[in-house]
Amino acid sequence: MIIGLGHYLAVAAILFTLGILGIFINRKNVIIILMSIELILLAVNINLVAYSTHLGDLVGQVFALLVLTVAAAEAAIGLAILVVYFRNRGSIAVEDINLMKG
Amino acid sequence: MIVQAVFFYLFAGLCVAAAFMVITARNPVHSVLFLILAFVNAAGLFVMMGAEFLAMILIVVYVGAVAVLFLFVVMMLDVDFTELRQGFLNYLPVGAFVGGVFLVELLLIVAASTIGPGAQKAITAPIPPVEAYSNTEALGLVLYTRYVYFFEIAGVVLLVAMIGAIVLTLRHKPNVKRQNIAEQVARSPRTAIELKQVRPGQGI
Repeated sequence: MIIGLGHYLAVAAILFTLGILGIFINRKNVIIILMSIELILLAVNINLVAYSTHLGDLVGQVFALLVLTVAAAEAAIGLAILVVYFRNRGSIAVEDINLMKG
Repeated sequence: MIVQAVFFYLFAGLCVAAAFMVITARNPVHSVLFLILAFVNAAGLFVMMGAEFLAMILIVVYVGAVAVLFLFVVMMLDVDFTELRQGFLNYLPVGAFVGGVFLVELLLIVAASTIGPGAQKAITAPIPPVEAYSNTEALGLVLYTRYVYFFEIAGVVLLVAMIGAIVLTLRHKPNVKRQNIAEQVARSPRTAIELKQVRPGQGI
């Protein structure tokens, strides 16, 4: 049985859906939401690399590298904001984030 | 071929199972550890696809940096996580519904999609044969020549993220004594010593 492009795309689709589901069911916990975003970006990377290696074009892997960079930066900034927020409010529950009355 | 299939299903199954545990685990520390497992298995998938460099970068960046950062924050914050899990079951039906619909749509698209006829002509950086260049060499040859500006922009993004994280979390406590070396060096006997005339039989 040959493992082709569709198999990898299916795995990426399942991971993407799990990331979205994680945001839905962990509405109160910001840390799990950040981890779900990491899962979503991982799914995107799997898609990029799968198409890149299937079509024989290296640009997809270059772009996956850039996505990886942005994901790392996003995690660092997100966690920094989380730490500052916890210092000010003593809680990380999402529904407490209402200082700006947005 | 059968070996390839076995390893694909091993990596893919573990990756999906670990991702599922990330979003359902009770303890956030377990979530982070399952996230590491998911990333390691995704790196295995990358190796199977032939993108070894990205697989190693995935392990170095995610397992070595991002996951440890998450672990730090989870352990540093003194939060009652059981309280944060309230409403987990309330959100589960609508979440499962949306997720299920989304997954079915995505899988239908994946199953129905085909590579267009123009895709082969649109290739700008073809992967060289493995005998000539390894994946890392080929990626470097493209990344440092044609996409060097993108590479530098990625570096700037990381720099901005680093500075931003430091600016956000750095704080000066007012009551902490710090060393001021210039002030210490500039001390002279006149400013450091005070002569008192002490009369016998009396204190100062």
